[in-house]
Amino acid sequence: MRRTLEKTGATVLQWLEHTGRMFNLLLLVSFELLQPPYRLYPVVRQMYFIGARSLTLIVVSGLTIGMVLGLQFYNILQRFGSVDLLGAGVSLSVIRELGPVMTALMVVGRAGSSITAELGIMRITEQIDAMDCMAISPSKYLIGPKLLAGLISVPLLTMVFDFVALFGGYFVGVVMFGVAEGSYVNGMIDTVEWSDVRIGLEKSLIFGLLVTLICCAQGFYMHLTKAGSQGAEGVSSVTTDAVVLSSIAVLYSDFLIEALF
Amino acid sequence: MDKLNIQLVTGIFVLLGIATFTYQAVSIGGVSFSEQAGYTLTARFDSISGLREGAVIEAAGVRVGTVSAISFDADNYQAIVSLRVNEGVPVSEDATASIRTQGIIGEKFIKLSQGGFPDMLGDGDEIAATESAISLEELVGQYIFQSEAAQ
Repeated sequence: MRRTLEKTGATVLQWLEHTGRMFNLLLLVSFELLQPPYRLYPVVRQMYFIGARSLTLIVVSGLTIGMVLGLQFYNILQRFGSVDLLGAGVSLSVIRELGPVMTALMVVGRAGSSITAELGIMRITEQIDAMDCMAISPSKYLIGPKLLAGLISVPLLTMVFDFVALFGGYFVGVVMFGVAEGSYVNGMIDTVEWSDVRIGLEKSLIFGLLVTLICCAQGFYMHLTKAGSQGAEGVSSVTTDAVVLSSIAVLYSDFLIEALF
Repeated sequence: MDKLNIQLVTGIFVLLGIATFTYQAVSIGGVSFSEQAGYTLTARFDSISGLREGAVIEAAGVRVGTVSAISFDADNYQAIVSLRVNEGVPVSEDATASIRTQGIIGEKFIKLSQGGFPDMLGDGDEIAATESAISLEELVGQYIFQSEAAQ
C-alpha cells in the first residue's frame, strides 16, 4: 500500500517536473531568440522540413477528409431534404475543427517524431554537451528555429488543408452527386464568418507551438526522463511519448479553446 | 538538397499558405478591406428579437445593405438599429422598416418598403415607421387567449 502510494507520487512529481521544464525551455528560447545574432536561414531550413515537405501529406489527407465529409453530410442531409446545406456543413466543420486538428496531428506524425528522434540522438551522442562546451547555446541553436518554424508552418499548412478539404467536399457534392453549385458555394460563403476563420487560425497557431515545444522538449531533455535513460532504446520510447503527448495536447487544447471562445 | 532549392521550395510553400488563407478570409469569411459606399439610417423597434449585427437589409428581395449596429435605448425601452444602406438606394421619408424571418425558422432580416413621399432620407436620419419582429409564440398565445375570452 505504502509502496503504491510512493510510486504514484513519484510519477506525478516526475510529470510535474517535466511540464515545468518544458515551459522553462519555452521561456528560455523565446528570451534567447530576442537577442542577437539573428539567423534566418536555420528557420527557413526547418520550415522546409516541417512545412514544405509535409505539403503532399497535407494535400492528400485534406482531399480525403473533405471527400469523406462531403459523402457523410450528403447522406445525412439527404434524409431531411436539405442538401443545400452541404457547403455550409462541410466548410464550417473543416475551417473550425478538422482543419487545425488534423493538420496538427499530421505534423506530429511526420515532423514531430523526427524532431524528437534527432534531438534525442544528439543528446545521447553528447553532441549537445559538446555545443555547451563550445559556448554555443544548444537551446537557441537547435530549438529556436524549430519552434519558430512550427509556429509559422502549422497555420500555413492548416490553410492549405482547409482549402483542399473544401475542394474535396465540392468535388463529392457538386461533381458526383449533382448538388447545385450555387447552393454549395453560397452556403459556404453565407455560413462561414471571419470569426470562424480566425478561430481556426488561432487554434493552428497554438497547436503549432504546442506540438513543436513538446517534441523538442522530449528529445532535448531525454536524459532527465525515466524512459530516456537507456541509450537507443530510450530514444525510441521518448519519441513514442512525444507523439502520444502532443496528440493528446492537441486534442485537449482543441476542446478547451472551443469551450472558452 | 542545396541551399537555393530549399529556400525556393519553402518560398512556394509560404506563398501557397498565404494564398489559401487570403481566399478563406476574403472570399469565404467575407472580410472586406474597402467598405462599400453608403449611408447610415437609424430605426427604433419595440422588439428586434433574433436580429443580429450584420443581418441583411432587403428591398424587394434584393440585398441593399446590412445592419451595422444595435443599441438599447433605456429611456423608451426600445432597440435602436443602425442600417447601413448602399449608395444609390434611395429611401423615402415615409418608408417602412420591418423585421422579417427567412422562412419559418430562418434568419431575421430587415425589409425596407418604399413609401410615396418625394423627399428622401439622408445620412443619420431616422426611419419613423417600423414593424417589430413577429414572434410566432406570441401570436399563438394571443390566438389561444382570445378564443378563451370569447367563450
